[in-house]
Amino acid sequence: MLDIRNLQAKVGGGSDILKGINLAVKAGEVHAVMGPNGSGKSTLAQVLAGNPAYEVTGGSVTFDGTDLLGMQPEERAQAGLFMAFQYPVEIPGVSNAYFLRSAYNEIRKAHGEEEVDPLEFLDIMEKNLALVDMDPSMMNRSVNSGFSGGEKKRNEILQMAVLRPRLAILDETDSGLDIDALRIVAEGVNKLRRPDNATIVVTHYQRLLNHIVPDFVHVLSAGRIVKSGGKELALELEERGYDWLESPAEFVA
Amino acid sequence: MSSSIENLVNREYKFGFVTDIDADTIPAGLGEDTVRVISAKKQEPDWLLDWRLKAYRRWTTMKEPHWGNVRYEPIDYQGQVYYSAPRTAKPLGSMDDVDPKLREAYDKLGIPLKEQQILAGVAVDAVFDSVSVGTTYREQLAKLGIIFCSLGEAVREYPDLVRKYLGSVVPYSDNFYASLNSAVFSDGSFVYVPPGVRCPMELSTYFRINAANTGQFERTLIIADQGAYVSYLEGCTAPKRATHQLHAAVVELVALENATVKYSTVQNWYAGDEEGRGGIFNFVTKRGKCAGANSKISWTQVETGSAITWKYPSVILLGDNSVGEFYSVAVVNHHQQADTGTKMLHLGRNTRSTIVSKGISAGQGNNSYRGRVYVGPKAAGARNYTQCDSMLIGNRCGAHTFPYIEVGNDTAQVEHEASTSKIGEDQIFYLQQRGISKENAVSMIVAGFCKDVFKELPMEFALEAQQLLGITLEGSVG
Repeated sequence: MLDIRNLQAKVGGGSDILKGINLAVKAGEVHAVMGPNGSGKSTLAQVLAGNPAYEVTGGSVTFDGTDLLGMQPEERAQAGLFMAFQYPVEIPGVSNAYFLRSAYNEIRKAHGEEEVDPLEFLDIMEKNLALVDMDPSMMNRSVNSGFSGGEKKRNEILQMAVLRPRLAILDETDSGLDIDALRIVAEGVNKLRRPDNATIVVTHYQRLLNHIVPDFVHVLSAGRIVKSGGKELALELEERGYDWLESPAEFVA
Repeated sequence: MSSSIENLVNREYKFGFVTDIDADTIPAGLGEDTVRVISAKKQEPDWLLDWRLKAYRRWTTMKEPHWGNVRYEPIDYQGQVYYSAPRTAKPLGSMDDVDPKLREAYDKLGIPLKEQQILAGVAVDAVFDSVSVGTTYREQLAKLGIIFCSLGEAVREYPDLVRKYLGSVVPYSDNFYASLNSAVFSDGSFVYVPPGVRCPMELSTYFRINAANTGQFERTLIIADQGAYVSYLEGCTAPKRATHQLHAAVVELVALENATVKYSTVQNWYAGDEEGRGGIFNFVTKRGKCAGANSKISWTQVETGSAITWKYPSVILLGDNSVGEFYSVAVVNHHQQADTGTKMLHLGRNTRSTIVSKGISAGQGNNSYRGRVYVGPKAAGARNYTQCDSMLIGNRCGAHTFPYIEVGNDTAQVEHEASTSKIGEDQIFYLQQRGISKENAVSMIVAGFCKDVFKELPMEFALEAQQLLGITLEGSVG
């Protein structure tokens, strides 16, 4: 589904943060990308989603066989790529329901499907609200405005549930969540797992992976994947920290 | 990235066409003779000519105001034409007699003048350059005793009403542009709603400037008698011309006891080109008087056009328990400048006012909110709430806020809230990541920002305003 080859990228005028990432994700798989602060985890998520603040300086990414890097962010979303934001953005004055229905309809239009009207959408909403234990009144509030940290993250998972992406990237979705909110978010993600979709979980801590069990774990350090393994690698990281995996080449430099 | 915000504000002005029509135009220049010629053309009574002449003499002693936060080359008042009327405009037996060229012009503007085609529930007075070319639905309104006609006709047919109220809210000596307007005003709309009558449809005037080098000086007078209700809409467009054109209008609203007047404007005069050449100078005095107890006047404006906007729709809250409201969205792009806001003058007891101002600045536009809240010594229990928000799109535009608050009664409550935000690239990216295009993302963010004002607009106008905003800001996002 997703094929990342030798991906290099930077932000602003700085030097490369990603220094050659290679990663292949198949349908049905859950990959965890872990690593210390500044290792490039979030940069990888942002680059895949097409954040224009980041600049790709080398390598390639294909998504279902097409060149992902040549697509606008909205085209990537329409093709089925979804990113749950680490810091969901507030849009004052725009209701959550209107925003989400617009997104839903844009994606339908891109697939040549008919738009749904507000009443039909209400049904779709109601089915998904329970999934993240969200009160229907949240839909009438402005997008993320005045939401607590936990509400914002649940709102991200709600959007994921409604938009049903092929590939979901969770960018540090666990940060700032208490244990109950973490459980709700993780259960939501688990219920959305299907054989034809895939998930990349970007996280600093192992605790989220107790709830969302990955098929593969990759450790990022200084812009490269320095180790890959199964779910047991996450437990090892929890115990030993990241230091033992630092790329030797970086120390020499 | 900021160039995508830039691109979003740059769509063509679609009402920039010129209608080639035979017009009765007087020579450029302004003097007592000009005032007499205009008055004679309109066959006015002596009292009105005298009033105009007093205004003119007063104007000659006044100086052009320069306290606004706007900059422009000096205006040559002698280089302007003060009267231009399509020759075939008057007199009309019915709307079917409207000159086909004028009808075509209004069709292009989306304002069909044939009653059977017109928007259901909206009566229109169409003002073309200096004169009204037709008013729809007059007969149905007349059955309820509602007078809706051009001010010129009102002077002839209802002189007592006009004489009683003309200048009663904005005196001829009020300010430089109001005095100029009082001297040379050409036409405009007149509305009178009798006691206890609720006007069943929206009344609307559509102002069109067509002739070159011609100023438009219309004057609107709306009176809601005791217990009456009227909602009034005003729309405006002008051709694209390389030189600036002056628009100095006066609007007076009077609400007697228990009456309500709601006045909504969607202003889309030509704004000039990307370099700031041409466009309308919109120097307008709009004021309402809540003369009776429990009366209410509400202004809602969406200002997207004009090279320069200088206007402060205000309410004099004279009657006890009267209510004044001002809801405004002002958008500037390219080199547009807006200095706009309101005055709420609390004179009666328990008077209340609400001000919600949303300023959006893009390109090199400069947007200023200027508002005055005055609470007089007798206005016990007066309350004001002001909310003043600015949004910046790009790095070269400006937003300014000039609130003036004077409180002369210690039982009054006055609140002022202000905020400035930048339309965030992070907001745009967030919406894009959900499948929404960049242009739709900006429209959505801006519409959300303006929601508190849009919800005050009549249904017929709300959609138009939102679309207009989308067009005005097109190309402003990079």
